[in-house]
Amino acid sequence: MTVASTDSRTDRPVPVWLKAIVQSRAVWPVLALVLILIVAGSVSPNFFEIRIVEGRLFGNLIDILYRAVPTALVALGMAVVIGTRGIDLSVGSIIAIVGAVIVWRIKMGDPHITILFSALAAGILCGMWNGFLVSALRIQPIIATLILMVAGRGIGMLINQLYGGTDPSFESALLQWMSTGSIWLIPTRLILAAGIFLALWLLIRRTALGLFIESVGGNAAASNLAGVKAGLIIFVAYVLSGLLSAWAGVIMTADTHTSDPVSVALYIELDAILAVVIGGGSLAGGRIYLGMTVIGALVIQALTTATLISGLPPEYNLIIKALVVLSVLFLQSANARKAIGSLVSRRAS
Amino acid sequence: MNATAIDKPRVEMRSIGKSFPGVRALSNVDFTLYPGEVHALLGENGAGKSTLIKILTGALNRDAGEIRLDGKAVNFNSTGEAQAHGISTVYQEVNLIPAMSVTKNLTLGPSRDALGVISWGKARKRAREKLSRLKLNIDTEQPVGSFSVAVQQLVAIAHALDDDTSVLVLDEPTASLDAQETATLFAIIRDLKARGMAIVFITHFLDQVYEISDRISVLRNGNLVGTHMASEISRQDLISEMIGRELGEVEATLAHKAESGPGKQKLVARDLGRKRTLKPFDLTLHAGEVVGLAGLLGSGRTEMTKLVFGAIRSDSGELHVDGQDMSGATPRRSLASGIAFCPEDRKAEGLVGDLSIRENIMLSMQAKRGWLRQLPRREQEKIAGEMIRALGIATPDAEKPVRQLSGGNQQKVVLARALASNPGILLLDEPTRGIDVGAHAEIITLIRKLCNEGMALLVASSELDEIVAASDRVAVLRDREKVGEIDGADINRDNIIRMIAGDDSGQH
Repeated sequence: MTVASTDSRTDRPVPVWLKAIVQSRAVWPVLALVLILIVAGSVSPNFFEIRIVEGRLFGNLIDILYRAVPTALVALGMAVVIGTRGIDLSVGSIIAIVGAVIVWRIKMGDPHITILFSALAAGILCGMWNGFLVSALRIQPIIATLILMVAGRGIGMLINQLYGGTDPSFESALLQWMSTGSIWLIPTRLILAAGIFLALWLLIRRTALGLFIESVGGNAAASNLAGVKAGLIIFVAYVLSGLLSAWAGVIMTADTHTSDPVSVALYIELDAILAVVIGGGSLAGGRIYLGMTVIGALVIQALTTATLISGLPPEYNLIIKALVVLSVLFLQSANARKAIGSLVSRRAS
Repeated sequence: MNATAIDKPRVEMRSIGKSFPGVRALSNVDFTLYPGEVHALLGENGAGKSTLIKILTGALNRDAGEIRLDGKAVNFNSTGEAQAHGISTVYQEVNLIPAMSVTKNLTLGPSRDALGVISWGKARKRAREKLSRLKLNIDTEQPVGSFSVAVQQLVAIAHALDDDTSVLVLDEPTASLDAQETATLFAIIRDLKARGMAIVFITHFLDQVYEISDRISVLRNGNLVGTHMASEISRQDLISEMIGRELGEVEATLAHKAESGPGKQKLVARDLGRKRTLKPFDLTLHAGEVVGLAGLLGSGRTEMTKLVFGAIRSDSGELHVDGQDMSGATPRRSLASGIAFCPEDRKAEGLVGDLSIRENIMLSMQAKRGWLRQLPRREQEKIAGEMIRALGIATPDAEKPVRQLSGGNQQKVVLARALASNPGILLLDEPTRGIDVGAHAEIITLIRKLCNEGMALLVASSELDEIVAASDRVAVLRDREKVGEIDGADINRDNIIRMIAGDDSGQH
């Protein structure tokens, strides 16, 4: 065996595609996802099984996708904001506000389709507030969004007071279909999330918005001199983040049939930031990777699901999560990638 | 006044050389410093002043040459080592912590107390001693930030001075001081000089050079042009030494410039200005004309281009472009009206380093079109490809991140972005800064070509020969004021230098 490996070292050149893969940004997050699934599959034999129950697909893989949707949506907005060299800590609070708005309007008897738009409008309004603080008042993003992060859950509770706040549970055929229903076996929220992803991708990559966001995040002064309205671009990024958080809020609120501003989506901003970073985004801004951000969200959810299924006590979940995140980030760091890249090409020569 | 020359030199730097990747920062520079003298170090940006100083103070290692301190060869590997030998520096930006008290600021640095424990009683006493050397009587418990910039500057000097300091380097100490504050500082410099200290004084204010210094050394492009007694060199000769003579070949190729007279007025500025930035000035640009902007470092060249572009908001006067009122326009509006601008500082204001060459070239053009009308990818590639070919940008493909390019190629990308926006007026601030001689001539040739195609160009440059070679008309700046214009056949080095030097040049 050792002889064989020496042979391969001297004779066979490493194919170009292998080098490309090793040096690609995508390789480590995807590899991590695959590895987590393989480990989970070996621990729990039925892991990959997919059944049809009550006209809808069920199984661990579907479950991972299904549960990752809110985090993925929030993370996509976060990716856009991080692209401008900003950050949005208020996403969890926006979800709390959106939930409270939904229940309030239901108790007021609005048509449910109107309520959906009211909920999204609430998210947009929150995003406009953040964008105003950052782009017009020039408050540092982490502080500016901290304001709504702190106040948002209180605002949610105040909205609950508008109808007395005694019974925040509700029924809504429309919203619950969007969250927990299904179309032809496929959970509705997966289709919804795919649609939102596509719309966002078109907005970022098929208009010049993505270029402007990345140029402002990379060098705001140069972008301004090149004629880009840096302030407006930053504003739009926070509005997008608010809108995407609102979608996550609709799905989460409909899922639980209730508004719980105190604890809904707690710490979701941290998972969202992690998803962006696992997907290769840098907090220094300047680049947006939408697809990789979704992979990042899936890595996080797959880890959680896998730990739960493996029967490990839940306290291990967080530690394992931290370790996996650490190793993905390490492998993605420029130095590690260079080292591995040169290792591969040395074998080639 | 100057009996120092007979003393033994305190510092002798001989044949100092230093290279950075791609740049020769210093070659074969000699620099001598005597006790009790103020030695002014002059030169434009990138001439090598700060490199020389950093080598003297141990912040950089030299590649070649030797340094002797009181006749003994020395080798400093850190600023700490240089300080231990009595060489101290005060940098342009005051390196103090504004929120900390004067005492605490003066105590920062290598601790001489046992076990690093600070006795604040002793520290206060030592702080007062340090300040008393400069005859500065202030409350040492107040935060540094509560004092004027001048006092902060003095505290910084006090910080740099030790009992055994014998060489003091002052890097642009007067840049943010007014006349009164400068006078205070100079009184202290004279006092230190009288006590035998050797002082290196870096500035770009020629008046101050003549007022305070005994000798003057001029650096240009990493070479020592000359060292003179301040009393023996005229202001004009000094300026001539600072602004080089290097573009002979380009000058020859461009001898045939301005075949036709200038076209119609493209841009008219009247009394355009901004307080503390540039005094109100008039400026007219015609189609098919290159106007050069000449002046020393800090005279307001960059400020003028930025005021015209709207990158600095004017607070007086008006600006018309093609007859349209553009007073107070933003860069975005200027761009929409057909003005393009290439800033001097490529890294900070020109390029987005992480974006590709294509994306950097497209940026202004796309900003002009708006975010909704994205140029199709194929057309982007076509335009980027054309620009890369036309300007000779050396790169394997257009998708390379722009930060990986060399300085000259980066400059061409900035230029390509401006040209891709299809401007009628082009503002260039130091278009040849930091690029090699070949690319240098290429860019001058390009400027003339654009001009012949009917573009109006404003070119700010610290290289006088570049201005002479490229311009149909030259606007001259001195001390943040436009002092005049030189036209057509009168454009030559001597005329420009005479105007930069001003009327009072006969005194020296």
